[in-house]
Amino acid sequence: MTAVTAGTTGTTGTPGASDAAVAAEQAAYEAVFDAAVAADERIEPRDWMPEDYRASLVRQIAQHAHSEIIGMQPEANWITRAPSLRRKAILMAKVQDEAGHGLYLYSAAETLGTSRDELLDKLHSGRQKYSSIFNYPTLTWADVGAIGWLVDGAAITNQVPLCRCSYGPYARAMVRVCKEESFHQRQGYEALLALSNGTEAQHAMAQDAVNRWWWPSLMMFGPPDDESTHTAQAMAWKIKRHTNDELRQRFVDIAVPQAEALGLTLPDPDIRWNEERGHYDFGPIDWTEFWDVLKGNGPCNDQRLSKRRQAHEDGAWVREAAAAYAEKHTGKHGEAQA
Amino acid sequence: MTTETTVSTAAALALGDDALVLSHRLGEWAGSAPVLEEEVALANIALDLLGQARVLLSLVGDEDELAYLREERSFRNSQLVEQPNGDFAHTIARQLYFSTYQRLLYGQLASGDGPFAGLAAKAVKEVAYHQDHAEHWTLRLGDGTPESHQRMQRACDALWRYTGELFQPVDGLDVDLPALETTWLDSVTDVLGRATLTVPSGPRTGAWSAGAGRQGLHTEPFGRMLAEMQHLHRSHPGATW
Repeated sequence: MTAVTAGTTGTTGTPGASDAAVAAEQAAYEAVFDAAVAADERIEPRDWMPEDYRASLVRQIAQHAHSEIIGMQPEANWITRAPSLRRKAILMAKVQDEAGHGLYLYSAAETLGTSRDELLDKLHSGRQKYSSIFNYPTLTWADVGAIGWLVDGAAITNQVPLCRCSYGPYARAMVRVCKEESFHQRQGYEALLALSNGTEAQHAMAQDAVNRWWWPSLMMFGPPDDESTHTAQAMAWKIKRHTNDELRQRFVDIAVPQAEALGLTLPDPDIRWNEERGHYDFGPIDWTEFWDVLKGNGPCNDQRLSKRRQAHEDGAWVREAAAAYAEKHTGKHGEAQA
Repeated sequence: MTTETTVSTAAALALGDDALVLSHRLGEWAGSAPVLEEEVALANIALDLLGQARVLLSLVGDEDELAYLREERSFRNSQLVEQPNGDFAHTIARQLYFSTYQRLLYGQLASGDGPFAGLAAKAVKEVAYHQDHAEHWTLRLGDGTPESHQRMQRACDALWRYTGELFQPVDGLDVDLPALETTWLDSVTDVLGRATLTVPSGPRTGAWSAGAGRQGLHTEPFGRMLAEMQHLHRSHPGATW
């Protein structure tokens, strides 16, 4: 759906127009934008949009893309040690999908007037964040299953509503991402189930992984509603459709029966069904840990960022070679080889 | 069911171990590639190879037993594919040499009616893509910057001595390998030439140390690779995953 087309930067104004005329024009654009959002229409790259809306989306989509890229690391950590060829193939395919998701999301962010290079630079310099969950280590094979079940499960709970996000390119990227994520989530669950039903040692490995990943997964939904700075505005713009706490509750309600089916327990003695609310109650989250990890003090923050920077630095000569080759041959063959 | 398709264990292991080991090496790149597109491409190639390995090993026995419970001396892969990744140029040179070989080999197998014809018919499409990928990167690196040229040349030179082994006869493999060798040399020479690289001048086979992978004699890095690959599986005997 197209609201008003006014170039890509959002700045308008005709040379020589009076300040009052510019202000009136601005107000008209805003009214059209607000009406489009209210009518659940999609905002597209060439539509006029408030600068804050643009900035907020860039921040969110970039952080999402960065999470896919950093999120490859904890799982890639087990590719070379996967215990069967079938599991190895599944894991490789998953990590490959994550790189693909990163690419879709960087493309979606680029429609807002930024570039992948600029975003990667902000990731590498720590000016943009990625999901705090990936600052936890994968210590055993079962962690790969727990990540699939819990971390991907939480991500899907977060991302399915984003398929209806007001910004078209982001919403469409999420449709593709969610399809693949659901598949990964089922595979993770199935891997954990195999462990849970396996030998005693395998079962213990699965339980230990769930114990370590449960709380960090709940933290993926972000701070509680009364401490979430972006939620109100993001909901008004229909970027977000539900609050952090609503989504967290939805996730717990889905995960508890799944844990029972797995034959594994969740590390929270306060979990019980609340008939009145029609939801599971659960214990308090350690928000000190959450903010600590977010500030860079998690177990793997340095390691993740260093590895990403290293890959980028080590690859510089390769990217330079590709650019030099393209430069030399574009003219000759009429095609760029980037 | 066909009756003439008795699988030669030596041939299935040679082809299967090549694919298994190279797939593993490419899997080591995950998260470290120079551009995101290469994260996708290298994982994609690794997955294709792992798929081939699983089919080939299953022709001989249980794929996991064969992958995880054989020791170094029982693996039949060529020494080329077990070489460490090195820098991106080393990985690409290894890919160029191997995928050119694999494309010719599977092309032959696919046109025959032996036990590998079915697999080869599917795999030849995959390896054509692998070869294309390796060729384009050889051109970019060889004819890119002075640094990339130097690195690519060094990689091509360093891996050259492992290429002769690919054309040693393998029991039960109904392919004229020496005939493939000529075509392989022509193809590689052509790509290197277009990439402004010099065809390496060293020997393509040497003393026992180069070119004995098919007999279970491997290079030192291989044992360490297997230790990592097999550790978890071996730690839980009899477990299913």
